[in-house]
Amino acid sequence: MSRIKKTFEALNGEKALNIFITAGYPDASKSLDILKSLPTSGADLIELGIPFTDPMADGPTIQDSSLQALKNGMSLQGTLDMLTKFRETNNETPVILMGYFNPIYAYGCDNFVKAAAQAGADGLIVVDLPPEEDEELRIPAQAAGLDFIKLVTPTTIGQRLDTVIENASGFLYYVSIAGVTGTKSANIDEVGAHIQTIKEKTDLPVAVGFGIKTPEDAAKMSKIADAVVVGSSIVENIKQNQSVSDIATPLATQITALKQAI
Amino acid sequence: MSTEPNIKPNSLRNGPDEKGHFGLYGGRYVAETLMPLILEVEQAWHKARDDEKFWDEFNGLAQDYIGRPSPLYFAKATTAHYGGAKIYFKRDELNHTGAHKINHCLGQILVAKRMGKKRIIAETGAGQHGVATATVCALFNMPCTVFMGAEDIERQKPNVFRMKLLGAEIVPVTSGSGTLKDAMNEALRHWVAHVEDTYYLIGTVAGPHPYPEMVRDFQSVIGMETKEQMMAKEGRLPDSLVACIGGGSNAMGLFHPFLDDTDVQMFGVEAGGHGVDTDKHAASLNGGSAGILHGMRSYFLQNDDGQITEAHSISAGLDYPGIGPEHAYLNDIERVQYVSVTDMEALEAFQMLSKLEGIIPALEPSHAFAHVMKIAPDLPKDHILVMNLCGRGDKDIFTVADKLGMEM
Repeated sequence: MSRIKKTFEALNGEKALNIFITAGYPDASKSLDILKSLPTSGADLIELGIPFTDPMADGPTIQDSSLQALKNGMSLQGTLDMLTKFRETNNETPVILMGYFNPIYAYGCDNFVKAAAQAGADGLIVVDLPPEEDEELRIPAQAAGLDFIKLVTPTTIGQRLDTVIENASGFLYYVSIAGVTGTKSANIDEVGAHIQTIKEKTDLPVAVGFGIKTPEDAAKMSKIADAVVVGSSIVENIKQNQSVSDIATPLATQITALKQAI
Repeated sequence: MSTEPNIKPNSLRNGPDEKGHFGLYGGRYVAETLMPLILEVEQAWHKARDDEKFWDEFNGLAQDYIGRPSPLYFAKATTAHYGGAKIYFKRDELNHTGAHKINHCLGQILVAKRMGKKRIIAETGAGQHGVATATVCALFNMPCTVFMGAEDIERQKPNVFRMKLLGAEIVPVTSGSGTLKDAMNEALRHWVAHVEDTYYLIGTVAGPHPYPEMVRDFQSVIGMETKEQMMAKEGRLPDSLVACIGGGSNAMGLFHPFLDDTDVQMFGVEAGGHGVDTDKHAASLNGGSAGILHGMRSYFLQNDDGQITEAHSISAGLDYPGIGPEHAYLNDIERVQYVSVTDMEALEAFQMLSKLEGIIPALEPSHAFAHVMKIAPDLPKDHILVMNLCGRGDKDIFTVADKLGMEM
């Protein structure tokens, strides 16, 4: 059984906390410390962002973290190396690689899925690869045992919802707002109604992300979804504390509060 | 004019396929939030394309508002000076707003209106597409927001002022490198958050399907007119076509109607900056590799890690690290020859054309003319060459004066 499936089963109806961080932010060594600390702080799943120069779906916080990570030498290979080191001490927590298609394409889809599986990745979220274009990566990824996690958005309705859900695996990532990461907040009733519709069509767990910042936001969303994703506010916390030597501690406080809220 | 029916099954003009692919390139690589909207744009565009009334409106305004057809001008002095090919200029710099950009702006705003969209957004680098967009928005009384790199706003003050006069709101983009590609990222981010009422008016034959096809079809008026005008003047088709390429809209507009005329040679001229063997150029085909950005698969300037690198050109309008997907396809099948010229060569061409013909060209077509200067002398006297003079140089006089060390 995959780590993702095991994690959701072990939670047994309790809600999962997905924590997003940008690989290599603020720098490679601190980023690895952060990654290692996430499970003990309360993260059930980890989304590890592959930095990219042109993160079209991200707001300023994640954009800046991505650019700084690149400036400090992070790359797709560096992200995979970081994951390999994480797996030396953790074999339980699912790690999903999240990013944009171009770095993966430059690496080569076949080479990438092998290297990602080898490094201990469990799934992929590729923001700019809609179902119409995803075969080239999805087929080798699923063959290599990686879940291909699809984004469902407020505009994914009707027939389109079926198109997106088809071939999805792991869980569905519900983007709660029409917008970029870390900006506006979602309308809980609309999100809840849409998730109901999704649940009628699939047994996959549904995680909700984009615009969830506080434990209060997380608490609300956890009532209507199986998992809650927090990204920008985590990255913002890392930014505030980037010069602190023990960066994991202030982060742990935030993550523990989020976990307790859901 | 409209898109022509009766294109043969094996025609090079059949692209893209139903998913928007030109061979390996093109497609729709956008976040899921945008997908339904992109599909809606495609539907509206295809409906418009097949509607005679749509083209009646387009053609009426193209004639009376833009000033089409633009003349096909025999450049007698230039021809004599270089002593080889017979050189013609397609005078798209005489269009209203001074460049070819107005062609696709007019077409797209008519599509946006049909879709019932209430406001228009656009990205701009040099400001030409921004000015053309702001112009059609003023004409149709639609609110217009233009995303422009903070650095470009500083470099292109006259165009910024023009856009403001036309009633557009300018949003300075400071993210990333603060240039055209970042303006496009920011426009896409804004669009994701305003999908309900907003139409994104893209400024070149790039972006997700259907934009490369739609912009091409609006710009094809350039090539279709050229064909007719050349038949009237010379009784035959030209032997070669030359056009500059940033994203590639003016070149695609000139080339596309000629793609099946196999005797017509075509040259796309990329911005070589300080040279394609340096790290300061904007030649995506000659100095880049295949990748995915801004909704399309095409050629981009990038490093081994798939990170997009910065483009450089003396011409802000060519300063983009990618190229339209149909050009990528035409490059791979070798239907069009893609070459490059440097900043210095373009600067020299800018001055030559001003003196030889009394036409101050924009720095963009100065690149095309620099290539004409290279090849014309060795071509036979009966070789007919058409260069797309796609923009006028008023906007560039400050840049050129600065480069030449002259006081204004």
